[in-house]
Amino acid sequence: MKHARRPFQFVDAFYLVVVGLNSAHTLRDFGKQLGEVSQLCIFCHTFHSLATHHYTSYSSDFAQWTMAACNENELAEQLGAIDVRAFVDLEDLRSALVHVVDGYLAAHPASGERPAFEPFYFSETREAVLPVDRRASNLAEMSESLRHLSLHSLHYHFVNSRLRLHLRTNDFSYWIEHELGFPELAAQINLVDFYTNTLDEVRAEIIDCITPWIGR
Amino acid sequence: MIAHPIPAQSSVPPLNDYASIVGQPQIDELWMLARALANRSAKMVNSTAVGGGVAEILNRVVPLFKEVGLAMQWDVITGGETFFSVTKAFHNALHGMAYDDRQEWFDLFLANNKENQQRLKFDEDFVVIHDPQPLPLVAARQGKQNHWVWRCHIDLSRPNERVWKFLQPFVEKYDATVVSSPAFTHPLAVPQFLIAPTIDPLADKNRILEPEFVESVLEKFGIDRKRPIVTQVSRFDRLKDPLGVIQAYKLVKRYRDCQLVLAGGGASDDPESSVVYAEVQEASKGDKDIFLLNLPPWSYLEINALQRASTIVVQKSLREGFGLTVTEALWKRKPVVASGVGGILRQVLHKVTGMLVHSVEGCAYQIRYLLSNPALAKRLGEAGHDHVKENFLVTHTLKNYMVLFLLLERGQRNS
Repeated sequence: MKHARRPFQFVDAFYLVVVGLNSAHTLRDFGKQLGEVSQLCIFCHTFHSLATHHYTSYSSDFAQWTMAACNENELAEQLGAIDVRAFVDLEDLRSALVHVVDGYLAAHPASGERPAFEPFYFSETREAVLPVDRRASNLAEMSESLRHLSLHSLHYHFVNSRLRLHLRTNDFSYWIEHELGFPELAAQINLVDFYTNTLDEVRAEIIDCITPWIGR
Repeated sequence: MIAHPIPAQSSVPPLNDYASIVGQPQIDELWMLARALANRSAKMVNSTAVGGGVAEILNRVVPLFKEVGLAMQWDVITGGETFFSVTKAFHNALHGMAYDDRQEWFDLFLANNKENQQRLKFDEDFVVIHDPQPLPLVAARQGKQNHWVWRCHIDLSRPNERVWKFLQPFVEKYDATVVSSPAFTHPLAVPQFLIAPTIDPLADKNRILEPEFVESVLEKFGIDRKRPIVTQVSRFDRLKDPLGVIQAYKLVKRYRDCQLVLAGGGASDDPESSVVYAEVQEASKGDKDIFLLNLPPWSYLEINALQRASTIVVQKSLREGFGLTVTEALWKRKPVVASGVGGILRQVLHKVTGMLVHSVEGCAYQIRYLLSNPALAKRLGEAGHDHVKENFLVTHTLKNYMVLFLLLERGQRNS
């Protein structure tokens, strides 16, 4: 079994949401503020909300609000289709969001002025990271550790990692490719869909990917 | 002075017992956070040890904090009936209800808090003050280096301007505030964290009960198990709109046979409840299918049994900080019909975890609809249970406070 020179160090990340002072009452206002709010705010309503919405139609707070509070389903679908996996920089993600909203409002100007059923409250995420007393040096240890990992830790390593690495990958795939030399497995894990699965299901799928490779 | 006895209820089980519900990784996470806060001390302060959601949460969460090693104290402020009448008036005013403006009330409010400030000590690393009643205690932080948090459990979305302007300078002396919904925030000079209140799944109020016990409770109150039971559990408080629930029930009754249970009681910091109870008694007079149960605050098992026996649980509040009775019902997989106000909006996702309503008529219609569609009612109940499990259990409160303490200590370092 292949052993890594540098073991994978798990961390646990904890988040609290701070409600900002900005709120939007119309789509026009929403689009304007989207271009001005902090990056922490963009993170909160996209990357962070992915971990918390299992019962709403969209994991993006922006998409959910345009659907539920503005009744703009087409725009909601367009915003919901923006895949955070394609972004390693929050400014790029913001630009994509603003582009979609601006485009929609240009085509549907009347939609911009209708009062929303409830305001959108722009919020930010605060993060506290703690190292976990858990390391993995090979795939067997990685698989076992994943079973015991909290969902926040999984989200941190699998979803938020893209912003840290500035790569279109996750901590697990990056380590498996660079420390164990299994690019094929790394790519397979990177395809596990965190949009259509709960984090528990994501965990199970990653373990399923790893299992046949243990022992190589 | 009003005495504040600690209510009799089952002791809090060890933290590891919660692993069977939330999973071992989530429990490990709590121990890890606790290690990061080793040797720290904290204090919770509120205005009642009995009755209402805040006292219930603190009764469960304080022992868990102690178990994980945080030196946690819980103090309850004292006050006479006049003080609590004033704080109830403030409470109603902050919820946007009518308010009779009197300067002497502000003076009395401050004087009573001054007395409590002199009686209590605030040397802990973290002090969490719950709700407006003890808000001015923050004056005690002068000269100390510890962290102060104001935890507001009430719906502040449309407060009476004069009362809010009076309280706001005190709020801004804290390091942070905690609210249950984004709609409750206001332009403030301090960060406003969003943390939901929670229930304890292993408390008498929520733990699984033997069917025989549930039957015995129904029998005790004369409720017919074979006919639909619609229940609202709440303090007898105008903001919970018990009269509106009776009106909705009467509309339902034109089409569907059912019984209505209004179960609740008072709290030691709510002198208005006996007046409201009398009004509800009057409104339900002559209907043998309305069960008006004014229960003592330690009736946890009875409340649990009534919720479990219910066909539908209603929460027709006019304003609501969060509505832990909604959380309790969702946890018990009950279909919930609730007003789309305040913190209820975080729990009841319309047509996913329950039905949101905005009027007596809407409430009546959704009750009828769910009585006619038991398969949908069951689906809502299942989704509601999972939603609570992921977001609104006592282990989340433990975690969120510990994260908050860490962030305060680290100067709220950003992500």
